[in-house]
Amino acid sequence: MSAKSTTSSPAQPAKSQRTLFQRIFEPKDIKSLSPARLVMTYSILIFWSFVVLFPLYWLLVTSFKLPIHVSDGPVYLPFIDFEPSSHAWSYIFFDLGNDTFRPYMNSLIIAFASTVLAVLFGSMAAYALTRITYRPKIMSIVAFIVILAAVVVATIAAGIPWQIGLAVGAALFVLFLLNLAKHFKRALGNNDILFWIISQRILPPVVAVLPIYVMFQQVGLLDTHFALIVVYMAVNLPIVVWLMRDFFATIPIDLEESAELDGASRFRIFLTIVMPLAKPGLAATFLLVLILSWNEYLLALFLSTADAQTMPLLVAAQNATRGPQWWYMSVLIMIMILPVIAMTGLLQRFITRGLLIGAVKG
Amino acid sequence: MSSFSARFSEWSDRRAPTLLILPTVLIILALSIYPLLLSLYLALSRFKLVRGGYELKFVGLSNFKKLLFGSQQYHFLGTFGRVSFLEWCFLALIAVGFGLWIWRYLRSGKAGPFGLIGRMITATVLTGLVLLCLAVLNGKGFPGSLVVTLFYVFAGVSIQLVIGLGLALLCAQRIQGRNFFRLIFFIPLMVTPVGIAYAFRMLADVSKGPFAPIWQWLGYGDFAWAVDAWSARWVVLIGDSWQWIPFMFIVLLAALENQPGEQVEAAKMDGAGGWQIFRDISWPAIAPVVATVVLIRLIEAFKIVDLPNILTNGGPGIATESMTLHAFIAWRTQDLGGSSAVGYMLLFVTVVTCVSFFNFVAQKTREADA
Repeated sequence: MSAKSTTSSPAQPAKSQRTLFQRIFEPKDIKSLSPARLVMTYSILIFWSFVVLFPLYWLLVTSFKLPIHVSDGPVYLPFIDFEPSSHAWSYIFFDLGNDTFRPYMNSLIIAFASTVLAVLFGSMAAYALTRITYRPKIMSIVAFIVILAAVVVATIAAGIPWQIGLAVGAALFVLFLLNLAKHFKRALGNNDILFWIISQRILPPVVAVLPIYVMFQQVGLLDTHFALIVVYMAVNLPIVVWLMRDFFATIPIDLEESAELDGASRFRIFLTIVMPLAKPGLAATFLLVLILSWNEYLLALFLSTADAQTMPLLVAAQNATRGPQWWYMSVLIMIMILPVIAMTGLLQRFITRGLLIGAVKG
Repeated sequence: MSSFSARFSEWSDRRAPTLLILPTVLIILALSIYPLLLSLYLALSRFKLVRGGYELKFVGLSNFKKLLFGSQQYHFLGTFGRVSFLEWCFLALIAVGFGLWIWRYLRSGKAGPFGLIGRMITATVLTGLVLLCLAVLNGKGFPGSLVVTLFYVFAGVSIQLVIGLGLALLCAQRIQGRNFFRLIFFIPLMVTPVGIAYAFRMLADVSKGPFAPIWQWLGYGDFAWAVDAWSARWVVLIGDSWQWIPFMFIVLLAALENQPGEQVEAAKMDGAGGWQIFRDISWPAIAPVVATVVLIRLIEAFKIVDLPNILTNGGPGIATESMTLHAFIAWRTQDLGGSSAVGYMLLFVTVVTCVSFFNFVAQKTREADA
């Protein structure tokens, strides 16, 4: 029935002949929407904007409330419903002072350092996988895993110090590569490597975090920036490789070939020609990874206690002894969102394009 | 000095293929593969604190046995109710469906041993999970962390996909202010999950939260959602969806904007209705993207931990505990072996689900598209 009505509308001879019903429910021409549909569209979209913004509004308002404003039931509008107070803000910034700034700095350092490193290493690998053919031998990989498993068993069960176990394992593997590897022919291709890297994202962090905890404890790096930077980098590398590989695949190869004829080295080509061309992809990937590591909670919970404590932990800690301190939490959450919003504002125009390429090509 | 740097740059150029990929491979080996093996060892042993350190005793599969059949069964699988006759029929229907699916694959002429084994694993695991869900969700049983995680994953991803796609379709029409909505709808992605958990704890408070008057008007003024298992799970799910609908929305909107506009207009000229246009033009165009977004969300959704931990602390009882939270709680009680075993079970379920989805659903949409 709707099919019939839409066919008749473009053929409308004159506007005056349209009945009221048609004017409300049928579009004027093929490119526009009927008024009824416009109203419906906008009301849903505006309703969803409300759904999105209201929790944030509530956090903002709560950060200006006194405890009594929260415990006596809801008040909504500052200056009308209640007198806003900046006690929570001054508590967080002045009374807590360093206890706020230190986690904040930790979060900034850890998130930015790990993101920059992950994007750098990840795009190096992604670039290599689009331009260079690799043929790793299956037997080398099998040998590596067997040796690694042997090292694990030897260090834990037999009580051999891990330094010795690791050194012996590495030596064995190098020996294998030099002497035995040439006897085996079957090899994997680039797509297998790519799939292997991306599939690491499936690994739930909770499976890997206990051994990582033990590893860092052994080398005395628990609760340091370094530990979290390295771990976040490892967790986010698969995303970077995934998104960036598809981006590099869309960049025409001619430029690189002519640069190679001019005698430029691979690294030079990568840094001066390919990276600038991949800017939209880099920006989107950077932002995504930054958000993920800025907000990460579980790994930080395991790997940091005091010195390297990050913001999500500080927010979570506001629930400690005297019950949830809603006003302090709200302030902390607000100041946590700010840098991300700033970065998003800077990189916004790249996001959609960058994300889409990864998703379409997968 | 200069000869050294020249030699270095020559060496690095010759070795570029290795040097480019080496950091990534080494990092993943050191921080994913090695921990994975170590954690397998932990899962097979019992951890005990002894004077001056700790002791690991190899106990074989007993940690897994404890989860699946022993003292931790209620925590991991749940408490079983009796499966009724109708539910057995439903299960049989699913099993027959999988049987037909494998039969068709065998008759298609493209069957190979790996494809067959893969399909058998998928069919067995999924049927088993459905049976588990039936057994614990029929009113008499009580779900453990595995079924709760599955609930978060499947209910969550479906809700997020439907709402995200709906909003993207609305926004993709010729309307003013599309970029404004795009910007606004993006915001939840930027908020830390811990913050979202607290925000939703405030919002869901029926006596002091912002919606308290509405709750009181409806007569639920003293309803405590945190005490009821299902309402607590739904609050966690709503918080998670609030954060991840934007992700679906943004990628799907971009995909819709990418589809050729002339096709849609030509179809309108020919008198196609909105549903017809969606089914025949838009959906085939965006199906590969939908498959990929769903895959990404599936992978990430299995890892859910911050929201249940902060919102409900896993409670009431263990009602909202996801598997990651289960593993974390086991770790806190010094049960490292049990914790790793839960982790490995999570890894197993995640891998089977995601690989099945990738091979049997996502690849199909891509082939159809090409």
